[in-house]
Amino acid sequence: MPIVPHAARLESDMIVANVWEPLAGVKPVDRGVDRGVGVPRSRWTKEVTRSPSIGYGGNTMSDHFRPADSPLDALVPAIQVSDLTVAYDDTPVLWDIDLDVPEGVIMGIIGPNGAGKSTLIKAILGIVPIAAGSVRVFGSPFRRNRKRVGYIPQRTSVDWDFPTTVFDVVLMGCYGRLGWIRRPSRRDRDAAMEAIETVGMSEYASRQIGELSGGQQQRTFLARALMQQSDIYLMDEPFQGVDALTEKAIVLLLRDLKHHGKTVVVVHHDLQTVEHYFDRIAMLNVRKIADGPSREVFTEENLKRTYGGQLTPVQTAS
Amino acid sequence: MKALESLVQTLIDIVMWFVNLLPPVLSDPFQYAFMQRALLTSLVVGVICGVLSCYIVLKRWALLGDAVSHAVLPGVAIAYLLGLPFSVGAFISGALTSLGIGALERNTRIKSDSAMGLMFTGAFALGVVIISRIASSTHLMHILFGNVLGVRMEALTWTVLAGAVTLFFAFRYYKEFLLFSFDPTHASAIGMNTAAIHYGLMLLLTLTIVASLETVGIVLVVAMLIIPGSTANMLVNSLPRMIAISVAVGAVSSALGLYLSFLLNVASGGTIVLVTFAFFVPALVFGPNGLLFRRRRITVAPA
Repeated sequence: MPIVPHAARLESDMIVANVWEPLAGVKPVDRGVDRGVGVPRSRWTKEVTRSPSIGYGGNTMSDHFRPADSPLDALVPAIQVSDLTVAYDDTPVLWDIDLDVPEGVIMGIIGPNGAGKSTLIKAILGIVPIAAGSVRVFGSPFRRNRKRVGYIPQRTSVDWDFPTTVFDVVLMGCYGRLGWIRRPSRRDRDAAMEAIETVGMSEYASRQIGELSGGQQQRTFLARALMQQSDIYLMDEPFQGVDALTEKAIVLLLRDLKHHGKTVVVVHHDLQTVEHYFDRIAMLNVRKIADGPSREVFTEENLKRTYGGQLTPVQTAS
Repeated sequence: MKALESLVQTLIDIVMWFVNLLPPVLSDPFQYAFMQRALLTSLVVGVICGVLSCYIVLKRWALLGDAVSHAVLPGVAIAYLLGLPFSVGAFISGALTSLGIGALERNTRIKSDSAMGLMFTGAFALGVVIISRIASSTHLMHILFGNVLGVRMEALTWTVLAGAVTLFFAFRYYKEFLLFSFDPTHASAIGMNTAAIHYGLMLLLTLTIVASLETVGIVLVVAMLIIPGSTANMLVNSLPRMIAISVAVGAVSSALGLYLSFLLNVASGGTIVLVTFAFFVPALVFGPNGLLFRRRRITVAPA
């Protein structure tokens, strides 16, 4: 899977150049490095997790280009779903799913309505009860690695009338780290501002979340996940109801996350953009139909098996 | 208990110091000891209802508030039988009912609205039956609609105690309650014990209702749990400000309602609720989030 060199994209798109300013700990020379998908990144991500410092840029960035200590590191998938079955009452929503998400990819999950796409995300997060099977995050049960996973909810599931500002929402990203006793400190507040800046939302920090456009709302929650210092980003339909320009901006943000060694999993609806957006896809309809590199898996044959007879050109745009 | 009562007396003295700064027209009724106790009770209730009201409104627990408030009745009756303070009995039966509602919801196919309806009408009916056997209908009226002018020192002390506990937890666990109200999915994803927060908030709700019984009574307490928060929600866009305004609305309308009920010789509970409502209406119409000036909002496109 070829990747557009980072520096080239920075020049070609003003949004990204502006957006990733705080991550500029990397020397300009390094920026052009095209590492490809296969280069292990675990070394760096582990560094960040262990580091007590707030934020995700700065001096740890140089580690990012160091080779991994052990070649085995690269083999541990970011997310490993085995034999997963989820049922609501007696109806199976997901049936015997096996799925590996390698570290450092953008993976799309596609499938018809009711295929269990959102449920899969929620099962990974441990929010819905699992009937059988297991989910491992970086080789350990989710419970032990939950701080490394950020979740960006579906826009329709958020109460946008809630009296809370962009800043407040982003600050919630540190609650998991704080636990029951501590409250957000000065440093946490600074880190929240930094995350807001990273997604290019500084001027909207004190806006109530209902007063934002769809893309801004999406970026707010993305900033919250950044605030969590996550290594994995789970997004439930981030492009729903956003205009084309915002969609492009979000995609560029995701690619940049990937360039920093992060893993992104996106529940997606629009089949026309699948090949363009994702390195890998998983096709889902209660059972897993296929998964793998987009070019190999995104075939007419597999689409037919995933969507059955219900696939029409109209539906691809829903 | 004696030490607490003297503490409460000190609180009354402090409040009276401020009241005496007001013109005599306003401060005169509060020269009676029973009016002083009523004033402190009302203020405490206004403040804690103001705080809880924000969570109740945002969490959409209005019906739950109504349910718990009715469910305390059998507890009050049984406490009366056993010679215990009303608040203890009320708290126990309110807490049991709210736990029962939660258990029904989680473990059966009964949905939450029916679960609440079932439990609270059942408990309320039980309470009415017990009270009809042991006390006069005046007693029942006092419990149902409040009797703030007849509050004794002991009951006031319990109210103050319940209020202090509620305030402590509401502020101590502000961040948990905020996240739980706004985004429970995220809360459980980051490992917060959402069940503990859920039941914790329910217990605080019960405690608030118990503290409010003497002032506005079982039937009207839910108004004090919905109106101040809703009023503040029309005016501001952040939770800390919302709580501040909600507390102000609760406290001012409690005191003002008490004063007006004395002046006009009408039921105090009802008057307090009416005054609160009188704050809500202009906020609804003229508030920044109200009907006239509602900020333009980008609505989510249908899926």
